[in-house]
Amino acid sequence: MIPCTDRIRGWHIPASLRFALLIGVLTIARPGQESTAQGSETGIHVAPATALDTGIATQAVVEVSPTGAVSSIADGIRLVRPGGRVVVHAGTYREPMIVIDRPMVLEGEGWPTVDGEGDRELIRIRASGVTVRGLRLTRVGASMTEDRAAIRAMEVRDCTIVGNRFDDTYYGVYLQSTEGCSVTDNDFAGIPHASEALTGNAIHLWSTRDVEIARNRISGHRDGIYFEFVRNAVVSENVSEQNMRYGLHFMFSDSCRYDRNIFRHNGSGVAVMYTNVVTMTDNQFADNRGGAAYGLLLKEIADPVLIGNSFVGNTVALMADGATRLIVERNRFTDNGWGVRLMSSVQDGRFTSNDFSGNTFDVSTNGGSGLSAKFDGNWFADYRGYDLDRDGFGDVPHRPVRLFSILVARYETMLVLQRSLFVGLLDAAERALPSLTPAALVDPRPAMRPVAGEPTAGRSAESALRSTRVHSQPSPRAAG
Amino acid sequence: MTSTVLSSVGSSSAAPATAPHTALKVARYEISNIIRSRWLLAYCAFFFLATDALLRFGGDGGRALLSLVSVVLFVVPLMALVFGTTYLYDAREFTELLLAQPVGRGRLFTGLFLGLAVPLSLALLLGIGLPFAWHGVGDNAQMVTLAVLGGCGVALTLSFVAIAFLVAVRTEDRVRALGTAVGIWLVLTLLYDGLVLVGIALLSHYPIERPVLALMVANPIDLARVLLLLRFDAGALQGYTGAVFTQFFGGAGAAIAAGILLLWVAVPSLLGLRAFRSKDF
Repeated sequence: MIPCTDRIRGWHIPASLRFALLIGVLTIARPGQESTAQGSETGIHVAPATALDTGIATQAVVEVSPTGAVSSIADGIRLVRPGGRVVVHAGTYREPMIVIDRPMVLEGEGWPTVDGEGDRELIRIRASGVTVRGLRLTRVGASMTEDRAAIRAMEVRDCTIVGNRFDDTYYGVYLQSTEGCSVTDNDFAGIPHASEALTGNAIHLWSTRDVEIARNRISGHRDGIYFEFVRNAVVSENVSEQNMRYGLHFMFSDSCRYDRNIFRHNGSGVAVMYTNVVTMTDNQFADNRGGAAYGLLLKEIADPVLIGNSFVGNTVALMADGATRLIVERNRFTDNGWGVRLMSSVQDGRFTSNDFSGNTFDVSTNGGSGLSAKFDGNWFADYRGYDLDRDGFGDVPHRPVRLFSILVARYETMLVLQRSLFVGLLDAAERALPSLTPAALVDPRPAMRPVAGEPTAGRSAESALRSTRVHSQPSPRAAG
Repeated sequence: MTSTVLSSVGSSSAAPATAPHTALKVARYEISNIIRSRWLLAYCAFFFLATDALLRFGGDGGRALLSLVSVVLFVVPLMALVFGTTYLYDAREFTELLLAQPVGRGRLFTGLFLGLAVPLSLALLLGIGLPFAWHGVGDNAQMVTLAVLGGCGVALTLSFVAIAFLVAVRTEDRVRALGTAVGIWLVLTLLYDGLVLVGIALLSHYPIERPVLALMVANPIDLARVLLLLRFDAGALQGYTGAVFTQFFGGAGAAIAAGILLLWVAVPSLLGLRAFRSKDF
């Protein structure tokens, strides 16, 4: 706020107006405070008055259980004082959408189930400083008209959604205009046997900032993690697999980090679009196969940095279409159809110390002349040069773009002639006397042996996940 | 040796009930004969050394297998053709001797065919298999790939020995027959793919995936190559065009492919047999 008032002071605004502006800014910045004022959405629970419901929220801890004095979660929330705790005991709770309107902890013990019976959202967070933990959330039915979510946080700060299980849910967690929230250690299973149109996103972020998404296990959704207009997110150690469309899909989301995640067997892999400053480190992109499947698709991106990632068994491992100042370092491209596919719209790409092995095509391009990409010190299993001075780098430059890959880019059916003796001769002739392959795409100093290092990252994410699961299976972690 | 096989052939042919065994007897004799030939030993040693070197110096088994595919697709048809043609000429005197006995031509031809094809297949399987047994196979997927490679190698051996026999039976002159055999090899490995490549470039505006699929299935070397491609380049083949192939070979196509490889064994050997029956020695 201080910078704001400073700037306002700089403009010589009268003191009274300045005060009014300050109040206005504060109100906008803390929208959670006024949430109760606009609680007119459909489905908000208005409980009938009971003996318990004295209208005074004084209790620090409220116990909710199907057979106890307080038998609905909504009643529990009404009774707890701000900053208190509602402990939900095992059982199945079917009640209208639960609105959390005060800072508090909502905590399950023995995996209580909140059942939406296929027709409503389950929990809506309308206050800052809310924690939801240890619940099983199920049966949020698909809807063509609204994006129903198991947990939706709207216009709040500092919400924590940790260690919950979501199954048969349309959208899982939906953060909308939030700040400083975290979504960690959750399981998302999606609606079983649904088509792409009838599944939502497991973690959906719209216009939020300072988010942490960590150690979630996601499958069976449309997109595993979806970002739109997000700033400063850290996404780490998640496993997102078997989703209909993308394991991770983000647009217009600058300054985000993605570390040690695993994205595999997704319909179309991972797509990153219209974004500046993306850092992806030690992730694993595996087995994303199909006509439009990419391990990682970069589209209209500035300053992306890819370090230490593994790309294994994808149709196209890394597709760059309109990427500026792309830095690709110490990644492993193994057993993919196409290792790196660069469109001519790539500007100033740098590929350093990456390993390429077992790919049908290590590097390919659509042959445009506008492409500018530098390769230096990469290891290509196909490299046939020698190293007389024994410095670990080959003395003959390597051209990773085969003539055949250019032919296949033009006439795709030719792919079936791969590994034919005739094609081998064509490639050898072109390698000896390059005329068609782009002269710019050459590694002047190819490494003689793998240089990217061991793919430990993916495994660590998986083992970290496994250990947290072991701890959280019997009972959710005790309240903090 | 010849005398023993003659006496056994003669005695068995005297008893019609055991007649089918004649082919096996000829085959057994030819196998025992050919196993001692230096060419076969060299052939086996070549695969053994190549596989061993690839496993030793080429890194993991997957990459060794990948290199082996090119070697097998290149060497097996060529050597089967060359061995096959020279073998029939070398066995000419033996053939004439046996034909003077009451031995059916069909049985004799079958015996000669198995007598070469079986040792060649065994030499290939041993040459590739032993080093893998030695160094160990990486995982199940590699095991399957190795099996597909071995299967394709054996099918190619049978088919190209049959083609070689057909050529040798129909050509009097040994050098011309060899020339024809090498010509067939050149057409099927190089020219065929070159023509397909040009054809695809010329007709790229038409939906040619299925015709190309048919062309690939029609050439035994290409068919074997595509079957192996499905194991090594599965990622790329699941792109736009490749999907036609993965669908085909994922479904009934595998059976069709096996059937067509069998046809490539059956048709040349039947044609060769017909020529052998009517040949005036």
